[in-house]
Amino acid sequence: MSSSHLRPRTAMAIRARLGFVIVLSLFFSATLSTALYEDQVGLADWHHKYIGKVKHAVFHTQKTGRKRVVVSTEENVVASLDLRTGFIFWRNVLGKNDHIDQVDIALGKYVVTLSSGGSILRAWNLPDGQMIWESTLPVSTPSKSSLYVLANMNVGKDNLILVFGGSSIHALSSMDGQIVWRKELSIDSLEIQQIFQPHDSDIINVVGFVGSSEFVVYQISYRTGEVMQQSKASFESGFCGEASLVFDNLVVALDASKSSLVSISFKNEVINFHQINLSDLVPDFSGKVTLLPLKFNGMLAIEIASSILLLRVKGANELEFVEKISHPFAVSDALPLSKVQQAFAILQHDESKIHFKVKSDNDLRNEILKETIQMDSQRGNIEKVFINNYIRTDRTHGFRFLVVMEDHSLLLIQQGEIVWSREDGLASIVDSTTSELPVEKEGVSVAEVEHNLFEWLKGHLLKLKGTLMLASPDEVAAIQAIRLKSSEKNKMTRDHNGFRKLIIVLTRAGKVLALHTGDGRVVWSVLLPALRRSETCGNPFALRVYQWQVPHHHAMHENPSVLVVGRCGHGFDAPGIFSIVDSYTGKVQNSFILEHSVSHIMPLPLTDSTEQRLHLIIDAKLQAHLYPKNSDSLKHFFNEMPNIYWYSVEVEKNKIKGYSLESKAELDTAEEYVFQAKELWSIIFPSESEKIAVTATRKMNEIVHTQAKVVADQDVMYKYISKNILFVATVSPKAAGEIGSATPEEALLYAYLIDTVSGRILHRVCHQGAQGPVHAVVSENWVVYHYFNLRAHRYEMSVIEIYDQSRADNKDVWKLVLGKHNLTAPVSLYSRPDVMVKSQSYFFTHSVKSMAVTATAKGITSKQLLVGTIGDQVLALDKRFLDPRRSVNPTQSEKEEGIIPLTDSLPIVPQSYITHSLQVEDLRSMVTIPAKLESTTLVFSYGVDLFFTRIAPSRTYDSLTEDFSYALLLITIVVLVAAIFVTWALSEKKELKEKWR
Amino acid sequence: MGSSRGRSLVLFTLSTLLLVSIAGGFQSDELLQDDEEFGLEGGRPAADPALSTPTRPPIRRRPDPDLPSGSPDSKSVQFSLEHQFGGSGFFPAGTFTARLKSWSHGGQTLTKLRFSRNALTEEEKGAFERLLKEDGYYTIRVPSNVLNAPGRDFVISSVRARCIPRESLDEHFIIHTDGVNIVAVNYGSAGACQYPRMLKYPAKWSFTSFTVLKNSEQAPRTPTFAEELLAGEDGLGEGVKPPEKSFWAKYWMYLIPLVFIVLNAMTQAMNMPEEQTAGQSTQAQRTPSTTVRRR
Repeated sequence: MSSSHLRPRTAMAIRARLGFVIVLSLFFSATLSTALYEDQVGLADWHHKYIGKVKHAVFHTQKTGRKRVVVSTEENVVASLDLRTGFIFWRNVLGKNDHIDQVDIALGKYVVTLSSGGSILRAWNLPDGQMIWESTLPVSTPSKSSLYVLANMNVGKDNLILVFGGSSIHALSSMDGQIVWRKELSIDSLEIQQIFQPHDSDIINVVGFVGSSEFVVYQISYRTGEVMQQSKASFESGFCGEASLVFDNLVVALDASKSSLVSISFKNEVINFHQINLSDLVPDFSGKVTLLPLKFNGMLAIEIASSILLLRVKGANELEFVEKISHPFAVSDALPLSKVQQAFAILQHDESKIHFKVKSDNDLRNEILKETIQMDSQRGNIEKVFINNYIRTDRTHGFRFLVVMEDHSLLLIQQGEIVWSREDGLASIVDSTTSELPVEKEGVSVAEVEHNLFEWLKGHLLKLKGTLMLASPDEVAAIQAIRLKSSEKNKMTRDHNGFRKLIIVLTRAGKVLALHTGDGRVVWSVLLPALRRSETCGNPFALRVYQWQVPHHHAMHENPSVLVVGRCGHGFDAPGIFSIVDSYTGKVQNSFILEHSVSHIMPLPLTDSTEQRLHLIIDAKLQAHLYPKNSDSLKHFFNEMPNIYWYSVEVEKNKIKGYSLESKAELDTAEEYVFQAKELWSIIFPSESEKIAVTATRKMNEIVHTQAKVVADQDVMYKYISKNILFVATVSPKAAGEIGSATPEEALLYAYLIDTVSGRILHRVCHQGAQGPVHAVVSENWVVYHYFNLRAHRYEMSVIEIYDQSRADNKDVWKLVLGKHNLTAPVSLYSRPDVMVKSQSYFFTHSVKSMAVTATAKGITSKQLLVGTIGDQVLALDKRFLDPRRSVNPTQSEKEEGIIPLTDSLPIVPQSYITHSLQVEDLRSMVTIPAKLESTTLVFSYGVDLFFTRIAPSRTYDSLTEDFSYALLLITIVVLVAAIFVTWALSEKKELKEKWR
Repeated sequence: MGSSRGRSLVLFTLSTLLLVSIAGGFQSDELLQDDEEFGLEGGRPAADPALSTPTRPPIRRRPDPDLPSGSPDSKSVQFSLEHQFGGSGFFPAGTFTARLKSWSHGGQTLTKLRFSRNALTEEEKGAFERLLKEDGYYTIRVPSNVLNAPGRDFVISSVRARCIPRESLDEHFIIHTDGVNIVAVNYGSAGACQYPRMLKYPAKWSFTSFTVLKNSEQAPRTPTFAEELLAGEDGLGEGVKPPEKSFWAKYWMYLIPLVFIVLNAMTQAMNMPEEQTAGQSTQAQRTPSTTVRRR
């Protein structure tokens, strides 16, 4: 069986027909591979690539050939996109903390990125994204750093790339990234604002502020970095640090009070200041001003209250008011059209329309281009715009706009139309849940059926040809195409196997999207109004999404809905946001800002009469608020109130506390839905020796099929199954850092199993010489955790299985038959538990990003661990490899039970990567969803990319494979029936002949 | 695994005993005495941590009055137990006494835990009765560090009051320690707690306490098979090789049809003679007719 993936396909199809054979062979097989064939890729899985919210964009359209735009994003991705289609040419995902500061193109062939606070400079090959060189810059203090690529030097020469931040400038060769020179301008607290190079000179001008009141200008040699000239002057009112370079010899800055502008002109070591009062320009001016960081020549943009002003600088002390734009808006950088002309774009929102205006600095009164487009309201406001020009067929300038919207989507607009759009908010999924699709309605038209029947027959004939190896290469391709875009999997109705569902995801931008499991397309999307920046809620962010209403008995006519919980601001005491969204249409049913904060959300296993799930929200003051607020839910809640417990993990304080609800004596009508918490237990980890690294619990919806485990020699062990089991791993504070920061003697890892109702520590074990990062997954009665073993210099996975000894005497079959067992008696967690623990550790080659476990509808199918590896792939590891009962020489009965002989490390079979050849870039989480078919689990993994597939940990023993040829079966039956008739007729004839003889 | 280790431990102790007894009777006596003393103190072996068994039975201790023999590297510590009836504050309820043992490698452990419960006052008894009536929580707490008890945090544990009463008030403490720190205290009834909980008053309003001190277990070392690794890269392949199936398990699908065929053949063979005789008889009948025709 272990090599079954090598067997021919036909053999497998035959095996599939013998379903029960497979069930039986399960007991004998040792390794079950989930590998698939090349032609099966894309049948049940899909992979979507995203890049995240774009921060910077550089167009590369000068040369003939591929027109592209290079972007860097907030997910630390640098990517090259096709300007025509928006597809990704290439993409590189940098590390988690390697934030990109700036991106540019050097020498016309390298993409240069500055990242990690100005300390790493990398060059990527523009056509294919290969890394050309990487340089690490010695930056003492991380500060705001910028990149300046000298563009106008002679082509073919080695141009320099300047990186400046704080008081230092680095000049690097763009050919190989070598540091050519380095200049530390020896003044403390110097903040370099700008570097620029006057046309065709060997001198670089550097302007900056020293402290808050002094302005400095340096002239530095381009070749050597030598300071040629230096001048400074101080301004008594001081500066706030914002400045904008207007001309080669004029800087406009904001003064310390942020209420007036200062123009600073410098020429030949003479620096002049001119204070410009804004009230002269704007009559009703009051409040604070901010300078927009835009690159304009001779212009500047300032933001006052909720509008921006465009000002034209005519001289050192003369500003001209050009235009006032009110929110919401976006202004692009200036784009040089010719040596004397530059253009910039102003985008303005007007309800669902966006007005595009392109202006040239020669003629500010009129627009070069004016367009209006209709925009989907679910994309929110414009956040950023990048502008690029092209020459039209009539030799005039045309413009295209790359627009970043509030929901992080990216659009390219040209000629008043959306050329392409990318839903890049999906690169930052915060949480996800699933929803069933609607049941198929009666009354499907006959024509459709006939069409389907014909297609069906044709498809099966083709398949039959394929199986009989009669198909030509064209037909093989046609078969593959039919299989890939089978309309069956993309239907918007519930299917018999439960493969078709909606995955409802919540993104960081506050957008909720429903993805179809068939092909991952967006069914609907909604940018939640409650999670958008507003007057009442300045800094909202999305927390979680839960199932709010899942109608199946009482409210069948209603659509299911999901609950989105957010928070206004990042503090724990910030008020919460509540939004209920229809799962089928994406309509926001209800949305409001809570009066209390949200620190913990508990979906209760209770529903009210309309099947709305009861949720208990714990605020920062330890008060529990019940939702939905109606008397019916309150009635249901009171019945279960004495049995509601919860816990909180306080990582900073190294504490875990357990709570229950205080029974209320008097009912205050206003506070009817508010309950007080009562602290029941606490566990305090000594801060000098332990620090909480990870906690893990069982999934609330997990189903366990058998409570008992039959071990060899017909013995029974009862699993300790409790939904309230909490796994906590603590590491010694010294070993909390990176691997290698502590010696094996200092590093300790404690693993705890805690019952969260009574606060009992069921098991506590110490791993010496082990340290984090720890990843853990809890399921049924076991926990598997992954950590680093410093003594063995390897990663390790440990398994703890916990068994209930108090029921161990329930082995008598007669007692079971006569009903005299106590298996159905209620179990109280206040009883003293009598547990037995089995554990074992194994080496594991990979480091791990996240871990999950498969879940099936009834819990009968054996489990697989899903391991998100460092290479952003998902590995399915059979749980039987992590059996603590594995021994070196298993006895015959143990072998029959399926126990694998003990090995010191866990095998990594290449075929068991469920992502096969794909990578889920920046993999963050894996979600398993049970399908209706018991053998199958749906797996949705997300990071920057999305990947969905379905896996069968014990093979699809309960259904025929997808490529099973029904036509072959039909033909066989027909042929058999025909043969029966023919032989019958023949025998009749013969008999007659006999009789006539 | 554990048993084999235990066996080797016994073997080791026996062999050392043997060695020592060979060296001289006097010393062996001392070793035995030492062992016994540690056994009395809760089964903790001597300073060598390598000797400690991975699964040590919990130290079960009942309050007993005899005083320990003072040893230089241990000192006595006391910390108090406080309790709470429902909403009111915490009141002293008893005192734990333990010996703090310092090890040569710097660690400290608590051993010889003793507990003395204060008798319930009338007021407390009333409060407890009220708790029983309303099925409330009886909460206890101990300091999280035994050395500077007053300033430290407290670890808390609660139980439904109705779980405690049996003949007397039976309680059971498990104190999880880490050196001088108390990580958690698990408090509950001495046995099972029935559900649904019935209102029941104890016959005797006094506590019977059982206390257990628990340290963390050492995880077993990951097994390493150096010899297999040396043997070659097939170590891994060998590990995942499926267990050898029995003949029947392998070939049953062929065997059953074979049996059928054999059975079929046998029945046919059984029928054959009959048919033959039948055939012969027809032939016999036919032959005369032909002869008749010929005639």
